[in-house]
Amino acid sequence: MAAKAALMDYESALAKFEPVLGFEVHVELNTKTKMFCGCANEFGQGANTNTCPTCLGLPGGLPQVNGKAIESSIRLGLALGCEIAESSRFARKNYFYPDTAKDFQTSQYDEPIAFEGSLTIELSSGRQVTIPIERAHMEEDAGKLTHVGGATGRIQGAEHSLVDYNRGGVPLVEIVTKMIEGGEADAPEIGRAYVAAVREIVKALGVSNARMEEGNVRCDANVSLRPRGSNVLGTRTETKNVNSLRSVERAVRYEIQRQAAILDAGGTIVQETRHWHEDTGTTSAGRPKSDADDYRYFPEPDLVPVAPSREWVEELRATLPEPPAQRRARLREAWGFTALEMQDVENSDLLDAVEATVAQGASAASARKWWTGEIARLANAQGVAAEALVAPKHVAELVALVDAGTLTDRLARQVLEGVIAGEGSPEQVVATRGLAVVSDDGPLIAAIDDALAAQPDVLAKIQDGKVQAAGAIIGAVMKAMRGQADAARVRELVLERAGQQ
Amino acid sequence: MTDLTSLSAADLAALLTSREVSSVEATRAHLDRIDAVDPDIHAFLHVAAEGALASASRVDERRAAGESLGELAGVPIAIKDVLTTNDMPSTAGSRILEGWVPPYDATVVRRLREADLIPLGKTNMDEFAMGSSTEHSAYGPTHNPWDLDRIPGGSGGGSAAAVAAFEAPLALGSDTGGSIRQPAAVTGSVGVKPTYGAVSRYGAIALASSLDQVGPVSRTVLDAALLHDVIAGHDPLDSTSLDETWPSMAQAARAGRTGDALKGVRVGIVRQLAGEGFQAGVKQRFDEAVALLTAAGAEVIEVSAPSFEYAVAAYYLILPAEASSNLARFDSVRFGMRVMPADGPVTSERVMSATRDAGFGPEVKRRIILGTYALSAGYYDAYYGSAQKVRTLIQRDFNDAFGKVDVLISPSAPTTAFRLGEKLNDPMAMYLNDITTIPANLAGIPGMGLPIGLAPEDGLPVGMQIMAPARSDARLYTIGAALERLLEETWGHTLISRAPDLTATEMFASEEGAI
Amino acid sequence: MPEISAEQVAHLAELARIDLSADEIESLTRDLGQIVDSVAKVSEVAGDDVPATSHPVPLANVFRDDSPRPSLTVEQALSGAPDREGDRFRVPAILDEE
Repeated sequence: MAAKAALMDYESALAKFEPVLGFEVHVELNTKTKMFCGCANEFGQGANTNTCPTCLGLPGGLPQVNGKAIESSIRLGLALGCEIAESSRFARKNYFYPDTAKDFQTSQYDEPIAFEGSLTIELSSGRQVTIPIERAHMEEDAGKLTHVGGATGRIQGAEHSLVDYNRGGVPLVEIVTKMIEGGEADAPEIGRAYVAAVREIVKALGVSNARMEEGNVRCDANVSLRPRGSNVLGTRTETKNVNSLRSVERAVRYEIQRQAAILDAGGTIVQETRHWHEDTGTTSAGRPKSDADDYRYFPEPDLVPVAPSREWVEELRATLPEPPAQRRARLREAWGFTALEMQDVENSDLLDAVEATVAQGASAASARKWWTGEIARLANAQGVAAEALVAPKHVAELVALVDAGTLTDRLARQVLEGVIAGEGSPEQVVATRGLAVVSDDGPLIAAIDDALAAQPDVLAKIQDGKVQAAGAIIGAVMKAMRGQADAARVRELVLERAGQQ
Repeated sequence: MTDLTSLSAADLAALLTSREVSSVEATRAHLDRIDAVDPDIHAFLHVAAEGALASASRVDERRAAGESLGELAGVPIAIKDVLTTNDMPSTAGSRILEGWVPPYDATVVRRLREADLIPLGKTNMDEFAMGSSTEHSAYGPTHNPWDLDRIPGGSGGGSAAAVAAFEAPLALGSDTGGSIRQPAAVTGSVGVKPTYGAVSRYGAIALASSLDQVGPVSRTVLDAALLHDVIAGHDPLDSTSLDETWPSMAQAARAGRTGDALKGVRVGIVRQLAGEGFQAGVKQRFDEAVALLTAAGAEVIEVSAPSFEYAVAAYYLILPAEASSNLARFDSVRFGMRVMPADGPVTSERVMSATRDAGFGPEVKRRIILGTYALSAGYYDAYYGSAQKVRTLIQRDFNDAFGKVDVLISPSAPTTAFRLGEKLNDPMAMYLNDITTIPANLAGIPGMGLPIGLAPEDGLPVGMQIMAPARSDARLYTIGAALERLLEETWGHTLISRAPDLTATEMFASEEGAI
Repeated sequence: MPEISAEQVAHLAELARIDLSADEIESLTRDLGQIVDSVAKVSEVAGDDVPATSHPVPLANVFRDDSPRPSLTVEQALSGAPDREGDRFRVPAILDEE
C-alpha cells in the first residue's frame, strides 16, 4: 500500500484547477445466453458450469453472435441518442490474462455499433448538464478470478489464483463519454448522476438487471485537472471499478483533491489506472500506461460485420420506453408531488409500483404513502423488493377500502399483512379475518354504555364539561371492539351518551 | 480377393453395401497396412485401432439388421490432427498440446461419425499447419511414399501420405495456403480446398481464420467428392459458414467421367503461375495435360493476374497476424502443457512465457513474432492493412479472369517433392513454394489438386491445380474427373498404382514414366 | 522499411508471451528482417482507393437465437486443465492486473 496521499481541500482545489471528467460505463446485458456462445448467462451456480469450447477458449472453438445482444445494444444506443452504424464490426483486443480465455477480448474498435450521442442529467440543485457520448460498443466479460493465500483476498500477496469462466463471454455494452468539461464544483455529483441516469435507462429498456451491487453496471472514472487560465489538458487517471453511485461521487472528489495536491506541490500526475477502495474512500496506484498497452486490435476474422438495416433500427426505436427523466417530470407533475416526495419514491425504486397503483384507481398520495411507508418497511424487514411483496392492484384495493371507511389505517395494516401472507385480496382478507370497521351504532352504543357504567367517575367528569376525559372511555370501547371501530365516531357517541345520562 | 487397401473409397463402399466385404475386414486391412508401412512413412500421430474396429463392427451389425446407411458407411478414414476428436488426442502437431483429448468433436468429425465412416487415427502435420513439408511437426516428419527421403508436402503431409501409401482410402485435411493441394501434388493424390465457408471450421484448430478451410484428401476425384458431400454444409457454430444448398459433388464428379464434360469448357492458364521458377518436368507434364484438355474440346487461353505477384507477401502478413492471435490461447491455464520457469519467481505471466517457449517450435515462434509485429501499433496500416487491400486486388484479378473462363489451372506446386531438410533453414524459400496455392485462399475460391504424371527427371508426382469461382466447387469435380479419366485412358492405369511397393524389402521408385 | 532490431524482437516476444533465449532472439531478428524485406512490398501496390478485404466470401448479420445450448460438464471443462482446485482452474500468482 502506498503512503496515504496528501489531499488539497476541495474548495481550494476548485479554485486552482478545473476538473475534466470522462466515464466508461460497462453494462452487463441480461440476455439468456452469452455474447458469442449458447451457454447460459447466469453465474449463481457452481464454478465452470456454464462453459463450452467457445467461451473456454479451447482450440477449435468459434464465436457466434447473440442476435438479442445486438438488439439490446442498438436499443441502448438509441436511448443514449446515438447514431447506429450502418456497418459495424467486432475486433480482437489482444492481451494475455488468465481470466480472458482466448487471451484476446472480442470487442469493437474503430467500428462501434453506436456513436455520437448525449444524455442530459439533472443535479439536485436543478442544474441540467448534457453529457456527450462518444460511443457505445459491444464486448464480452472476463471470467472471475479468486485470489488465494494472501491476507486480504486481493491479488497482491496471493499465492495462487483460481479461475471460473462462467462469467466469461457474458455480453457487455461499454458506454464511453467524451470529455466532460464545465462541471466545476458539481463534478463529483455529475459522475454520480450520470451513472444513475445510465442505470435508469438500461433498467427502463429492460436490457440489463442494472444491479450495481452485482456488477451489472460498472464504472471507470477518468479525472484530470486543468490549471485555471490554461487551455492545456492535464494528465488523466482512470479509476477502475467504482461500483456504487456513492462511490463514483467520492472517487471523483478524491481524485480531484489528490491530483490538486500533487500539482500544487509542483509534482506531475502519472497516467495510470487506479484502484478504488470502498472501505477507506481512497484510490491507489495501479498499473501505469505503457507500450504494454499495444493491444494489436484487428477485425475479428471469425465474425462477419453487423449491418443493421435502417428499417430494423427504426423498428427498435419504436420500442423505446419514454426517457426516464421525461417520465419522471411528467409523473411528478401529474401526481403533484414535491421534489422531496418524488425523490423518496425514486430512491426506493418504487416509481413503477406507484404508477401502477395509481392506474388502478388509487390517489397518488395514498399510493406513495403505502408504498414508501408500510410496504417498504415490511419489504425491508424481509429483505425483499417491495414490488415482490404485494401487487399494485391489491394496494389500490386497500386504499379504496380505507377511502370508503371500511378500514381504518390500523385495520388496513392488518389486512396488508394478510395479503402478504397469501390470504387473498384485501376484500378477501377483510371477509375472512372479519376486520371491517363496525359502522353499526348498535354494538358501539352498548359498549359505550358498558364503559360509562364501569367508570362512573369519568362519566361525571364528562358531564362536568371535561371533554378530554372521554379519552379513557374511547380507549376502553376501542379495546372492547378489538379496534374495529372508527375512533371519531366512538367519540361522538361517547359525548352523546354521556349527555343523555 | 483384391487387397482391400488398394480400392478406391467408392469401390470399397460398393463392396460394403453389397455386403461382400465387412467394415471390420476393411478396417482391419487398413490397420494392418498401417502396421506394415507407417513405421517408414509416419503418416499417423495416433492410431485408434480398437475404436475403429468397434465402430466398424457396429456399422456391420446395423447393415446386417437391414438399416440403410450412407454411401460411405463403414469406409475407414484418417483425420488430420488439426481437427478435434473427443476420443483421440488432438495435438495439431505441437508439443504444447501433447496428449490433449478435447471434450468435443469438430463439426466435420461429427459429420463423419454420423455418416458412419470409421476414423482410423490422426495424421501428422506441420505444427499448427505452419509449413509445406511436415518437417515442422513436433513429432518428426512424415516421409513421402514415393521416396522416403523426400517431403510429403505440408502442412497436411500426413493425410496425403496416408492416402498415397494406402493406409486409408480417405483423409481429412485443412488448407490455409495450400496444405491440402500441395501435399496432393507431391504424393500423387487428390485434394480439394472447398470455397471458404463451404465446410465448417468449428473444431478445426485455427491457424488463420480468414484463410483456413477443411477439405477432402483421396486417391480419386470421385472419392474426394463423396467425402466433400459428407462434410460440407451450413454449420451455425461457424459464423463464416455459408448457409446455402450445395449440389452433389459426387454427382458432379460422375458427370465428369461420362460424356464430353470438357467440350466447350473455357480454361484459363494463369500466366503468373506457370512461368519462371517451375521445374522442367512439372512444366512438361502440365503442358501435356493442357494438350489433353484442348484435344478433348476445351478452349484453353492464357489469362493474367498481375496482383498475384503480391500474393505471397500479403499471405505472409495476414496469416501470421491472425495466427499470433489465434495461438494466444495456448497459455497453460485451461488445457495443454505447463512449464515452470527455470529460475526466478513463479508467476502466471512467467509460466505462460516459459510454456510458450518450450511448447512452440521455431516456425511457430517465427510466425507469431512476425504476426505480432504486423499488428503492432505503428505498423498495422503498412502491413496488415495493406495486405488486406492486396487481397481485394487479387479477388479483382480472379473476377476478371472468371469473366473470361470457367476454370483456371496451374501446376499445383512449382516443383516435385524436395528432399527432407533441403529448405528447412530457409523460411523464405519454403514460403515461396506456396505461390501457386495461396491466391485461392486469399480470394476464398475453391481449388483442387490432382496428379497429372511423374516428372521425367526424378520420377516424382506432378499435380495440376484447378480453380473455380466461389461456390462453384462442383465445377472442379466435373472437370477434375474428366481430366483424370483422360489421363488414365492415356496411361492405361492410375498414377497411384505406380507408387513404390512399400512392403518390399527394397524400394524402387517407379521407373515407368507414367505418361 | 525500418530494420528490425534485437530489442524490437525481444519486445515482440514479451507482447507474445514467449520467453525467447538470446540465441532465439538473434536468429529471429535475422529471419524477421529477411521476411519483412520481402513482404513489405504490399504497401507499394494498394492505394487509398482500394478497400480492405477481411473476409474472402462476404457475409453480414449472422446472428444466433438467444436460446441456451447445453454446456460442457464441469469435468469436461476441466479435463485438460494443467492444474485445478475444486471446480476451478488453478494458476500461479498473478503479478499485475489486466
